Amino acid sequence: MNRGTGGGAVAAGFSLLFFSFLFGPLIIMVITAFNSSSFPRITPWECFTTEWFGVLFANDRLMSGLLNSLVIAVSVVAIAVPVGLAGALALSELSSRLRAVLYTVLITPILIPGVVLGISTIVFWGALGRSVGAEYGSFFFSGMFLTLAGQVTFVSAYAMLVFLARLQRFDPILTEAALDLGATPGQAFRKILLPFLAPAIASAAFLTFLASFENYNTTVFTILSGNTFTTALASKVRHGTDPSLSALAVIIIGLTLIGAIVHEAYTRRKEVLRSGIARRSRIYSNPVLKTLVHPLTVFLILAGVAAFAAYEGTRHDASVCKQQILDDKRARQHELLEEQRRKMQEQQKTVAPVVSPSEGPAKANPSPFGGAFSPNGLTPGQNAPASSGTPAEAPATANPSPFGGAFNPGALKPSP
Amino acid sequence: MPDAVLSGMRLPVYPGPFSRLSESAMATRDIVLDHVSIRFGAYTAVDNAHLVIKGGEFFSFLGPSGCGKTTLLRCISGFSDPTEGRVLIGGQDMKGIGPNKRPTALIFQNLALFPLMSVADNIAFPLEVRGVGRKDRRKRAEELLEMIALPGVGDKKVHELSGGQRQRVAIARALAVEPDILLLDEPLSALDLKLRHHMRTELRTIQQQVGLTFIYITHDQGEALTMSDRVAVMNAGVIEQVDPPESIYNRPKTSFVASFVGESNAIEGKVASQSEVLVSVDTPLGRLQGRAAGGRQYRAGDDCILFIRPEQLSVGGGHSNSLTANQVKEEFEGNARQLFLEANGIPLRLSRVNLGGPADSISGGAVQVGFEPEQAIVLPHGVLAGA
Ligand SMILES: Nc1ncnc2c1ncn2[C@@H]1O[C@H](COP(=O)(O)OP(=O)(O)O)[C@@H](O)[C@H]1O
Ligand SMILES: [Mg+2]
Repeated sequence: MNRGTGGGAVAAGFSLLFFSFLFGPLIIMVITAFNSSSFPRITPWECFTTEWFGVLFANDRLMSGLLNSLVIAVSVVAIAVPVGLAGALALSELSSRLRAVLYTVLITPILIPGVVLGISTIVFWGALGRSVGAEYGSFFFSGMFLTLAGQVTFVSAYAMLVFLARLQRFDPILTEAALDLGATPGQAFRKILLPFLAPAIASAAFLTFLASFENYNTTVFTILSGNTFTTALASKVRHGTDPSLSALAVIIIGLTLIGAIVHEAYTRRKEVLRSGIARRSRIYSNPVLKTLVHPLTVFLILAGVAAFAAYEGTRHDASVCKQQILDDKRARQHELLEEQRRKMQEQQKTVAPVVSPSEGPAKANPSPFGGAFSPNGLTPGQNAPASSGTPAEAPATANPSPFGGAFNPGALKPSP
Repeated sequence: MPDAVLSGMRLPVYPGPFSRLSESAMATRDIVLDHVSIRFGAYTAVDNAHLVIKGGEFFSFLGPSGCGKTTLLRCISGFSDPTEGRVLIGGQDMKGIGPNKRPTALIFQNLALFPLMSVADNIAFPLEVRGVGRKDRRKRAEELLEMIALPGVGDKKVHELSGGQRQRVAIARALAVEPDILLLDEPLSALDLKLRHHMRTELRTIQQQVGLTFIYITHDQGEALTMSDRVAVMNAGVIEQVDPPESIYNRPKTSFVASFVGESNAIEGKVASQSEVLVSVDTPLGRLQGRAAGGRQYRAGDDCILFIRPEQLSVGGGHSNSLTANQVKEEFEGNARQLFLEANGIPLRLSRVNLGGPADSISGGAVQVGFEPEQAIVLPHGVLAGA
């Protein structure tokens, strides 16, 4: 920050604005995950609850999609990393003119829109399957296989880019030295090049895993009638959201944070060890502190905290509070109803002679709008019938409205 | 710091497997370059190299940068095949035999130590790829470290060593192969001057003790002359002369060798006459006499160059070749004084040994200098180094 020119405050303000722009949505999402309100929102705050995690894990479609996604992602890593490595090695061996051509060819799948890749994958394998007379149940028409095939085409190109960047810094003289010292080409590859590429292999595996896991554009076509995590998620959002998605966000953010912190601990430790300042640093000369900042320790601590939080979460019971909220709402509704009735009675007294008194409908429904204008009653999906998650006691209690429990604010839940 | 390095360095005694080479085996260890040419497209990097390197010899290739030394060395070690001709080692044609199957070990220009391995793992690498067990590897690495006077650095990483130490680790790693022939590609070029001079002695000692054939590449004539049994001087892919260092210096066979090895004054002219080995040359400085190189016969009118070394030019009259020159400047070098002269547009250099007497510097103006005919050498006109 530049104090001398008075830009400090502006810069600080700008940074704050920028960070709230970046992280604001995430923070709000995390908070909504713990609000018992059936729509993801912060105000009005109802009850602190962990039930949405339960709702999330009970969602079969999402969970089977998650399993599919993991299977596909692991397979993609297993295929794309070796393929990418082979491509990068081939490129680095070629003459520069040929290399430019092959590079363009290999990189094309990244440039083609995912939608096109997805559709062409189906068309290609479908045509191939039909031409060899394959059954409709064969792998040519299996969503899992098609997704794998479609994703590998462009994910390998990502892996190849990672390897190319690393290979550019490799001194081929080292391989020659190994050969000269008696190594076979295979040994030279395993003992010299592969250790050098190890960090790139790790990054490539990570990158390809993520690229596969989060892919939607291609997958939404190639998975056919099946589901991956992303496609299940997308269709869920399209059909109406609830805080279980926020709960999912909390889990993902948590995992990311743990990963980032452990990685940071790892790089710092490596930096300190390499620069040789370990002996002088106060932290690293103390055996206890040194163990404490070891990435493994950091990971164990964070994992422990997460596990503890999860355990506490499963024991948390918000039903008392929720009942309280429900009762409050009902009381408030009752009050409103009473008030309405009083008003109408007063009205009847003044205009009694004109209209013949019929108390029946008024009692059943004091307002033509039902409870719709009651302040807490407005939630999306109101017209959706109360579903399985609705507390059973709601309709059982004396209900003054002819609409059953549908307008009861606590009873509302979008269909999952 | 180099002082500390040097004083801590014992000249080691080399134990080990090299004694297995008996005298009778020596003859079969010869390396033959049989009309070897190496081309890259239309460009000829090595042109018809034809020579025999004897087993156990310290043989140097000396030449300016880009003359094809590395290319030739890579061909001997098996990284490339000659475009024409054959490479024979111990009588066997090496065609199709990879670098890992040849009895050679190459020390690369940049050493090519493996950065991710410890020093000991580097040295033990040749043993590892031959399937030697971990314990034996470690033991042998310790022995070799002992030998290069670096005991106890086995667990260090390569980048923690100094330049001179890395140099010796590279040599130890190459020796772990137990090669018959050690090929060295300008191995001292990255070291500072003092260490370079020290390593010359050390390399020579290593070579004599292990009895291996050393093929040494350098553009530094000092290295080539001090260490080698024989030197091949290369220019633009052509081997111009193969001889022991003294012959290279005293009896150069081409104008390139004469001008590249050591300092020399080159005076161009035309042959006037020749009697026995003495050649009279008409030069811009008058008629001068010199030796005909290698008993060569000249005809009158041939273009030629007369070479005279700065240390063989002397001040004063009374020489059979005498000329007058103007002094341009003088440089004091400690052990010698360099006198820069100019005569009829031709620059001349004269070097006088500092005998420790009173400074007998010559006050400017015209100087009488001269030399004896046996000291000058007459060579056919040709390319000069650095020209
Ligand atoms: N692989 C190659 N392709 C084309 N030209 C090469 C190749 N290797 C070397 N050259 C050329 O051959 C010549 C000799 O190179 P080199 O043997 O490395 O010289 P030096 O004597 O300095 O070691 C240089 O002009 C170089 O440009
Ligand atoms: Mg070279």
